[in-house]
Amino acid sequence: MTVSTLPRLLRRNAETMASRPAMREKNHGIWETFSWAQYWAEVRDFALGLAAQGVCRGDKLAVIGDNRPRLYWAQLAAQCLGGTAVPMYQDSIATELVFVLDHAEVSVVVAEDQEQVEKILSLKRELPRLRLIVYDDARGLRHYRSADLQSFDQVQAAGRDFGALHPGFVEAEIDKGEPGDLALLTYTSGTTGRPKGVMLSHANLLTSATGFVEAEDIRATDELLCYLPMAWIGDSLFSLVLTLLVGFTCNCPERPQTVQRDLRELGPTIAIAPPRIWENMLTQLRVRAADSTPFKRSLFEFFRSLAEQAEARKAEGKPVPPIRRLGLVLGEILVYAPVRDQLGLRRARWVYTGGAPLGPDTFRFFRSFGINIKQVWGSTELAGLASLQPDRQADPDTVGCVIPGTEVRIAEDGEVLIRSAAVFKGYYKQSDATRETITEDGWFRTGDSGFVDRRGHLVIIDRARDVGKLADGTPFAPQFIENKLKFSPYIAEAVAFGDQRSFVAAIVAVDLTTVGNWGERHNLAYTSFQDLSAKHEVRRLISEEIAEVNVSLPRAAQIRRFLLLNKEFDADDNEITRTRKIRRRFVAEKYAAIVEAFYRGDPEVEVTTEITYEDGRKARLTSTIVIEDVFEPAEPAREPAYA
Amino acid sequence: MSGDLNGGNTPPGEVQLTISEVSKHFGGVRAVEAVTVSVRSGELISVIGPNGAGKTSLLNMISGFYQPDTGSIVFEGTEIAGSRPSHVAALGIARTFQNIALFSGMTVLDNIMLGRHVHMKAGVLSSFVYWGLAQKEEVAHRARVEELIEFLELEDLRKQPTSGLAYGLRKRVELARALALDPKLLLLDEPMGGMNQEEKEDMARFILDVNQQWSTTIILIEHDMAVVMDISDRIAVLDRGRKIAEGSPNEVQRNPDVIRAYLGTAKTREEVAA
Repeated sequence: MTVSTLPRLLRRNAETMASRPAMREKNHGIWETFSWAQYWAEVRDFALGLAAQGVCRGDKLAVIGDNRPRLYWAQLAAQCLGGTAVPMYQDSIATELVFVLDHAEVSVVVAEDQEQVEKILSLKRELPRLRLIVYDDARGLRHYRSADLQSFDQVQAAGRDFGALHPGFVEAEIDKGEPGDLALLTYTSGTTGRPKGVMLSHANLLTSATGFVEAEDIRATDELLCYLPMAWIGDSLFSLVLTLLVGFTCNCPERPQTVQRDLRELGPTIAIAPPRIWENMLTQLRVRAADSTPFKRSLFEFFRSLAEQAEARKAEGKPVPPIRRLGLVLGEILVYAPVRDQLGLRRARWVYTGGAPLGPDTFRFFRSFGINIKQVWGSTELAGLASLQPDRQADPDTVGCVIPGTEVRIAEDGEVLIRSAAVFKGYYKQSDATRETITEDGWFRTGDSGFVDRRGHLVIIDRARDVGKLADGTPFAPQFIENKLKFSPYIAEAVAFGDQRSFVAAIVAVDLTTVGNWGERHNLAYTSFQDLSAKHEVRRLISEEIAEVNVSLPRAAQIRRFLLLNKEFDADDNEITRTRKIRRRFVAEKYAAIVEAFYRGDPEVEVTTEITYEDGRKARLTSTIVIEDVFEPAEPAREPAYA
Repeated sequence: MSGDLNGGNTPPGEVQLTISEVSKHFGGVRAVEAVTVSVRSGELISVIGPNGAGKTSLLNMISGFYQPDTGSIVFEGTEIAGSRPSHVAALGIARTFQNIALFSGMTVLDNIMLGRHVHMKAGVLSSFVYWGLAQKEEVAHRARVEELIEFLELEDLRKQPTSGLAYGLRKRVELARALALDPKLLLLDEPMGGMNQEEKEDMARFILDVNQQWSTTIILIEHDMAVVMDISDRIAVLDRGRKIAEGSPNEVQRNPDVIRAYLGTAKTREEVAA
């Protein structure tokens, strides 16, 4: 590779595609475009401004906020000077922020707005290394007077002055950059313990991106909507690395609340999202179908089942009968195309789901509606992704083939090991953890257990630690069961228990939107999430949903008991990660009383939960929750999809 | 640093509005009795008092809804007592209402656009064909409205009819419409009435931001004492139509007349806030 760092790619793009759109931002209701030439000019000026204030090689610059062009530019500016970007979750609470900022030894923070600036200012005393806070949106910050608090414009203006005195400064710094330089320090959301800082070099990032581009036909004319947390490696890979490598356009939504509308306006051609987003889309779709007229609803349901049956036949390699094919054509006009348009996926050539396994039912639903959804698999430690499904071979049980330049091996205990140039440099200041994760001959232990199937596709069973056995020896893969449960529009989150136990039980958090909507239609008055979850009507509803899920599970893996939690699983309470993955061990410990009650056969359990408010305050909530038994375990209708 | 956020940091400007010896009677009811208040430009002044103290009547006289029986109201050198509301609005005084007064069938955007009406000069005919000046004007006004939409975080609601919005959001749209006038003086009649705590905090933030961003003078009527004490530069207290005290939040809280007449018995600030 001739071009070997991200800033060099930026300079290349500014020369070879100067006037092509690099980024768009919806501002004041209008999409504003930045060309590659402008992108470079903005980054250069900001880098000069940082240099003028003494930022140099090895310095860390954190960004915090929603996806804003300037936050991406700031990351590149730091990298131009040989520094490292540290993207952070915008909804992090103070204690999380202070841990990362302190651990990463961040000297500059670029924050989106007053809300983030205030969070940082409140922590400043604990952060002696923090020298400069830069903000993007000046609103509400007019009356702050502090030399170490500056606006993005101020820094750039100072940069232009500095640049006039030192022509070619940034260019020279970029030339000094090496592919092995630390480009990105991303803190893993951490399903286990404290977050760890994953060190990724330019070479790591570009290896992953190059492998992806070789496997998939990504073009410079593609459009992407950047709306996922900037701290998620998936966003860094697409909105920072791939866009620089390929030259496609990144589009920043107006506000998080407008994403759905912006998506529809824009009609991106590629999209990546974790399962949670796809599950939400499906849920919203179902709510809207349920709210529409009986005629429309039956139309939707008819064509939906037609499409799903056809998709199932295709998956089995059987032909679809002509009469059904005719029905699909009709459905395309009446249902599928309009639905795709509503979801903003009308122009999407590919959409990817990654970060966690997507439930097979959700996966099939999207595919049957003509949305080319594909699973990708990877991890932060692999600079994003390591495998993806080839076209026409997308099935819900595999994560596809590893990308070019990647070796895969299955360890004796079933753990998937990966070796490639994308394997990270190590955990920042945690060499012990690094040694545990990377073997001496360079294999990265992914922590996922799986196997490679006949076609050479990688199949991930579950997090290796999570796979267990029921007391009678039946394998127990909790995530598989949970994904089945989450396919129900009424269930937002579920945690299944069963390792070393005689049966499977689950803690369920209902979906406030859909269950609330259901309640309204059934004259059920409620005041809050807690109140709604305690209604016996709601318990019956979920019980029926679970009974339905049980039909598709082997008898031993069927859910026998469950309860509806009195709160939603919340990242502020450490129950899920910021990318919304269940922190299973933590939940099992926190709700040990519930688990015990499940297996003692208690009819109800008293639960005391601690709730953390956004500002970090804590409150306790005690209530008695009824445990429901699911009766009449039905015969499995078909063989389970997992081994 | 966060101390900067509270009131008291706006540099006192020239006297912008002088209300002197204003009275308004409805039959035998003395709604407002010889009230005198002067407001400096850029100030955030609150008017408090028990129900029926004459707060809204005072606001109505400033905005031209009521004609005072006696007294004068001078805004930037112009006598406005008894002027028509449209005239007052044209001078740069905008208001919101205690009971939301939006056009419920219209979108958020159109409601705010209406606030720009005062500034529109194109005639009926050229507006109708949407050509020349009318088009240029519309675009310029839309740009200003978009600034306000961003300022008040209403982006996702632009095209929604106001009838379907939550109460707190409708109040925010009303504020946006008042701001669309580019007012020099903004009259807010219980902007936080009926809101929950979170909505109140948001609204307080917006009011402060308006005051700081554009140095807009604000006269605020509000019942939530915690908010009033927190954000006001100065407070005037009315009781049964008369002004019984005026001063900084601290002075007003300590004033024995206020405690007796308005707060009832002597209470600590925490109790008042609660």
